[in-house]
Amino acid sequence: MNAFIHHFTFEFRTGIRNKQLLLMNYLFPLGFYLMMGFVMAEINPPFREDIIPAMIVFGILAATLLGIPDPLVNARENGVFRSYKINGVPSISILVIPALTTILHLVIMAVLITATAPLLFDAPLPVNWLNYALIFVALSFACAGLSVLIGVVSPSSRMTVLWSQLIFVPSMLLGGLMLPYSMLPDVAQKFAQLLPATQAMNAFNGLAMGKVAAFFPWGSVIILFISGVLAFGLAVYLFSWDSRNTTRRGHPLLALLVLLPSVVGIFLLP
Amino acid sequence: MKNSVIEVKDFRKTYGDYVAVDGISFDVKQGEIFGLLGPNGAGKTSTLECLEGLRAPNGGSLRVADIDPASESRKLRDLIGAQLQSAGLPESITPDEAMKFFCAYHNVAPRFDLLERLGLAEKRNSQFYELSTGQQRRLALALAVAHNPQVLFLDEPTAGLDVATRVELHGMMRELQAGGTTIVLATHDMAEAEQMSDRVAILLQGKIVNIGTPLEITATGAGLTKISVRTQASSLSVSGITFPAVSQHTSKDEYSIYFSSDIGTTVSAIIAHIEAQGDTLIDLRVERPSLEDRFLEITNAGVAQ
Repeated sequence: MNAFIHHFTFEFRTGIRNKQLLLMNYLFPLGFYLMMGFVMAEINPPFREDIIPAMIVFGILAATLLGIPDPLVNARENGVFRSYKINGVPSISILVIPALTTILHLVIMAVLITATAPLLFDAPLPVNWLNYALIFVALSFACAGLSVLIGVVSPSSRMTVLWSQLIFVPSMLLGGLMLPYSMLPDVAQKFAQLLPATQAMNAFNGLAMGKVAAFFPWGSVIILFISGVLAFGLAVYLFSWDSRNTTRRGHPLLALLVLLPSVVGIFLLP
Repeated sequence: MKNSVIEVKDFRKTYGDYVAVDGISFDVKQGEIFGLLGPNGAGKTSTLECLEGLRAPNGGSLRVADIDPASESRKLRDLIGAQLQSAGLPESITPDEAMKFFCAYHNVAPRFDLLERLGLAEKRNSQFYELSTGQQRRLALALAVAHNPQVLFLDEPTAGLDVATRVELHGMMRELQAGGTTIVLATHDMAEAEQMSDRVAILLQGKIVNIGTPLEITATGAGLTKISVRTQASSLSVSGITFPAVSQHTSKDEYSIYFSSDIGTTVSAIIAHIEAQGDTLIDLRVERPSLEDRFLEITNAGVAQ
């Protein structure tokens, strides 16, 4: 327990101390939130209704997908994991603790957005706070798992950026943050359901913000949780202490199994 | 007779088709400082990594403190300490945090005294990337010994260290040895290996080409003694002069340098020649072959083959 506390404390401080992580955890999400609030809310007034869930989803995507994988790859390439292994740091701690500390930073970010949006932009507050918190946890868990998995299977920082952007950019365009899901063409809607952002926006609308969900909202919450469990499980299974390890347990393409819950959801969710 | 703490038998490590270590055997006794020497790519780091449990061997057997590092690496954690060649710490961790963090995983109290002893007292709250290379290596060493391991692996421990810190580190190694710690030292620094190691193994292309005490190893070479002579009138600079038992001759910085297999005969002949020429001897130095000379002799012969 003592080791967990020291490890957690160090990783949490790193989220503020490290300029790249500070940018991804706070400056980028909060800066984007203020910009969108002042600009988009003027151009498109109905956006005020979505500003809280949309900017929280954006913050979670930025902090996890853009913040978690790269430090994992760098640590592996610089021999940090080897040093950890010799000193008895378990692989599960290496993967789970950065995810937990990022989620704690995200809680702070979410509180700041939720508290200020009604005052600054006249944004409506959630009508069901419990569901609001539950969906926040589900999305954070799923995205953190996905990000850890990207860090584990990426052979280099360049590949990390590629994989992360493959999820981040479509999430921005199709995830319901800027444009309502209902306005997308049918094919784009099916593709969008593969994205955690779409599931989270659907759940926020149907379960927390008092709006109508595009498809079964509890299904979205379940998909996010199962995706998170699957992502962390695959990350632990595929974890390698260093890049020259020739005895890896599975092929990195196994990571694509993380899409399974969303694919099943496309066919099952009404 | 002390017990063997490390036993290596027919150990083999390959990476695809590349054979990094090709069936080597040696053992290290308790409290011994054992040097692993060899040029880059000789198999030193692969050997250390398998002994540390970071990689699995492809053949043979390894035992460290009676534990198989490949299959029982968790048991090994509290028994070994390692200073790796690479930094091995997150960029933003401070020495204080690193000490608390690693000691917590070893379930021992943090050894902040080691940070002070290794000259890191003023840098305790600096981030790792802000430390100089020498400070980073000293921190890695402090962390490696903080849990008082039975076996300590040091990979190039003094690279980038200043003279004072190097002396401090050597003193610390001697203290650990006196306390019963077994140390495996991989180094390129021949003077360090000769000074610190009880025994050394020289690796070349994945095989051990020589093993023994530094004295035993230097004694098995060609045994040429280096004689450097400087005279006032440079009477030895004339070409064509030969002396008995000399196999090589060169000159540097006004010194004539001879490599002799019979020191007495050669020195007598040189002095007789100087007197006969009416010249005056200014300086005469005799150096026995060092471990470095022997190492170069072995590695050059290996490369030539």
